[in-house]
Amino acid sequence: MASPSAVLQSEWTKIKSVRSTIWTLALAFIVTVALGAVICLVFNNTYSDMSDSDKATFDPTNTAFFGMSLGQLALIVFGVLVISSEYSTGMIRTSLAAVPQRGMFYFCKVAVAGLLALVVGMATSFITFFLGQSLLGSHKASIGDPGVLRAVFGAGLYMALMVLLCVGAASMLRSPMLGLGILMPFFFLVSPILSAVPKVKSVAKYFPDQAGQKIMQVVNDPDSHTSYGPWGGIAIMAVWVVVALIGGYAVLAKRDA
Amino acid sequence: MIQAVGLTKQYGGKTAVYNLSFQVRPGTVTGFLGPNGSGKSTTMRMILGLDEPTSGQVTIGGVPYRQLPNAPRKVGALLDAKAVHGGRSARQHLLCVAQLSGIPARRVDEVLGVVGLQDVAFRRSKGFSLGMGQRLGIAGALLGDPGVLLFDEPVNGLDPEGIHWVRNLMRKLASEGRTVFVSSHLMSEMALTADHLIVIGRGQLLADMSVKDFIAHHSTGYALVRTPAEGSERETFDKALAEAGGTVQAEPDGALRVTGLELPRISDIAYDSGVRLWELSPHQASLEEAYMRLTSGAVDYRSTQDPRRGLQFQQQAQAWGQQPYGPPQPPYGQPQPYGQPGYGQPGHGQQPYGQQPGWGWQPPQGQPQGQPPAALPPQQPPAVPTAPAAPPVPAAPTAPATPALNLDKSDSEDAR
Repeated sequence: MASPSAVLQSEWTKIKSVRSTIWTLALAFIVTVALGAVICLVFNNTYSDMSDSDKATFDPTNTAFFGMSLGQLALIVFGVLVISSEYSTGMIRTSLAAVPQRGMFYFCKVAVAGLLALVVGMATSFITFFLGQSLLGSHKASIGDPGVLRAVFGAGLYMALMVLLCVGAASMLRSPMLGLGILMPFFFLVSPILSAVPKVKSVAKYFPDQAGQKIMQVVNDPDSHTSYGPWGGIAIMAVWVVVALIGGYAVLAKRDA
Repeated sequence: MIQAVGLTKQYGGKTAVYNLSFQVRPGTVTGFLGPNGSGKSTTMRMILGLDEPTSGQVTIGGVPYRQLPNAPRKVGALLDAKAVHGGRSARQHLLCVAQLSGIPARRVDEVLGVVGLQDVAFRRSKGFSLGMGQRLGIAGALLGDPGVLLFDEPVNGLDPEGIHWVRNLMRKLASEGRTVFVSSHLMSEMALTADHLIVIGRGQLLADMSVKDFIAHHSTGYALVRTPAEGSERETFDKALAEAGGTVQAEPDGALRVTGLELPRISDIAYDSGVRLWELSPHQASLEEAYMRLTSGAVDYRSTQDPRRGLQFQQQAQAWGQQPYGPPQPPYGQPQPYGQPGYGQPGHGQQPYGQQPGWGWQPPQGQPQGQPPAALPPQQPPAVPTAPAAPPVPAAPTAPATPALNLDKSDSEDAR
C-alpha cells in the first residue's frame, strides 16, 4: 500500500519536473497581472470621458481582474496537461502499476495540482489587485473597503477552482487534444458569447466561469443581475468542480488504463 | 509466481485474449511469445491490474495485483519504453516512480548505473533513442528490487551489446530466484534467454512447455549426409535409406537431408551399401522453425505481395515483380547459429515473421540447411520440387491463398 505522503511527494516531483507547469502558470500570472494593469491605466486616463451611469457603477476591483478572462486560458492548459499528459505519454500505466489504488493516485494528483493552483492564484490575484489599484489613481479601491478583500481572495479561489475543473474534465476526456479542444473554446468563446445572448443568458450565468466570476465584483452592475450572490456564485462553480472531479474519478477507476 | 486462470479480455467485439491459463514459476525465465497482436501486451496489462479481465483472473502469489500490499516492491514491469514524459529527465522520471512506491532517491542512482544511463541521467528523455528508452524502462522495473519482473519486448531497439546485457540480466534475475516473464516476438532471442515458453496466438494458448520440449514437440531433427557416391551407387544408397524408414531429400548443393533415422543407423546403411560418407552431421531444427510452424495459423497481420500496380510504369513493375525482391535475406527456415553475436539484433527483428508468406518461412525440406546464406544465390530456387520457394504470381496479391499453401506443406511434412 503506497502511503499518501509518498504519492503526494511523487506528484509534486512530477508537476515540477515538466516545463509546461512553469510556462502555463507563469503565463497565467503575467497575462492576468499585465492585462489588468493596462486596463486599469486606460480606465484611469479615460475616466473623465465616461458617462455618469458608468461612473456610478465603476468597479475598480473588478476592473483590475479583467485580464483574468485571458489569463485563465493558461490555467486551463495547466489543468488539462496535469492529467492528460499521463495518458498521452503512457506514464499512466507506470503510475497505476506503482499505485494500484487509483483513488489515492487521483486524489493526490488533484490535491497537488489544486494546491499549486491556489498558491499561484492567490499570488496572482493580490498582485493584480494592488498593481491595478496603484494605476487607477484616485479611482482606486482599498483592500479594506467592504467586499474588496472577498473579491481579491475570491479571484485566487476562482483560479484554483478553474484548474480543478479542468483536471476533472481532462480525466474524463483523457486526451490532451480533446481536453484543450473542448475547454479552451468553451471558456474563451462559448461561455462569454452565450452569456451575452438574451434568454440564453439566464442559463449561461450558471456556467462555472460565469458563476465563479461573480465573486470578483464589488459594485453590483444592474445589467448583470443574478439570482446568486458572490459566495453563491463560487458555490455554483464548486459544484461543477466536484461533479467534474467525481466524473474523472469514475472514468479512471472503471476504465482500462 | 504468476498464475492466470481462464483469462479472457474483450475490447468491444474483439477478443484480445481468450481463456488463457498458465503459470509463471520463480527461478526461471519464462518467455512469452506470439505474433503481433496476439494479446501479449494485453495479458501483461491484466497481470498488472491495468486492464480488468472480462472473465477469469490472474494473480501474483495468489493475490490479484491491485490487492497486493506494496505492489511496486513485489512486482516490477517494463511495459513500454516510450511511456515516459519526454520533458522529464531520466532521473526525474525514475524519481517520480520511486516516490510513488516509497523508494528512496539513492536507489534511483543505483538503477541508473545498473542500466548504464548514469551519464545521461539529467538529460530530457525526449531525445532518447528507443534503446535508451528500453534501458530506462528496465531501470524502472528494477527500482523496487521486486521478486516478480515483467518485461514487454525488452530488446526492441537495443544494440547487440544491449541485447546481450538484457539476456544476461534476465538470466541473473531468474537465478536469484525471481520470477521473470519476458514477452517477445523474437523466438531466436527467447531460445537464448528463456527456460520455459508460453506461446499464444490470437489470444489463445498454443504451447506451455520448456524450451527443450518445445523444440522436440514442434520440430523434427534431421541428419545431413554428404557422399561422393553418384549414379547407381547413389541410387542404391537412397533406396537402402528409404527401406530402413528414412526420408531422403536432396539439397541444392548435393547434400542429402535424411529424416527418420538415427545417425549410427545411417552410417551402418552406408557401410552396408559400400558408400563413403564425407559428412554425417546431426541437425536440430531451429526454434524459429518450430515457432513459425506453430503460429502460422494465428498470424493476424500478413503482408501481401506488392504488385506495384498503382505505379504508372507497369511494364517496369512487372519486370521487377518477376524477380523476387528482397531475397538476399536468408529465408527463415535456415538454421541460424544462435550463439552468433548480433543475432536478433534490431536489423533482424525488423523483419516480422509471416511477412511475405510465400517464402518468408518454408518447410525445412526445401531449404539448404547447414549452408551459409551466401551459398544459395537468391535467384536460384532450391532444386527440390516440393519447395514452395517459387514466388507467388507477382501480378496478384495472393496472400490469403499462400498461407494455406504454407500450412498444407507443413502438415504434409508432419505426416512424413
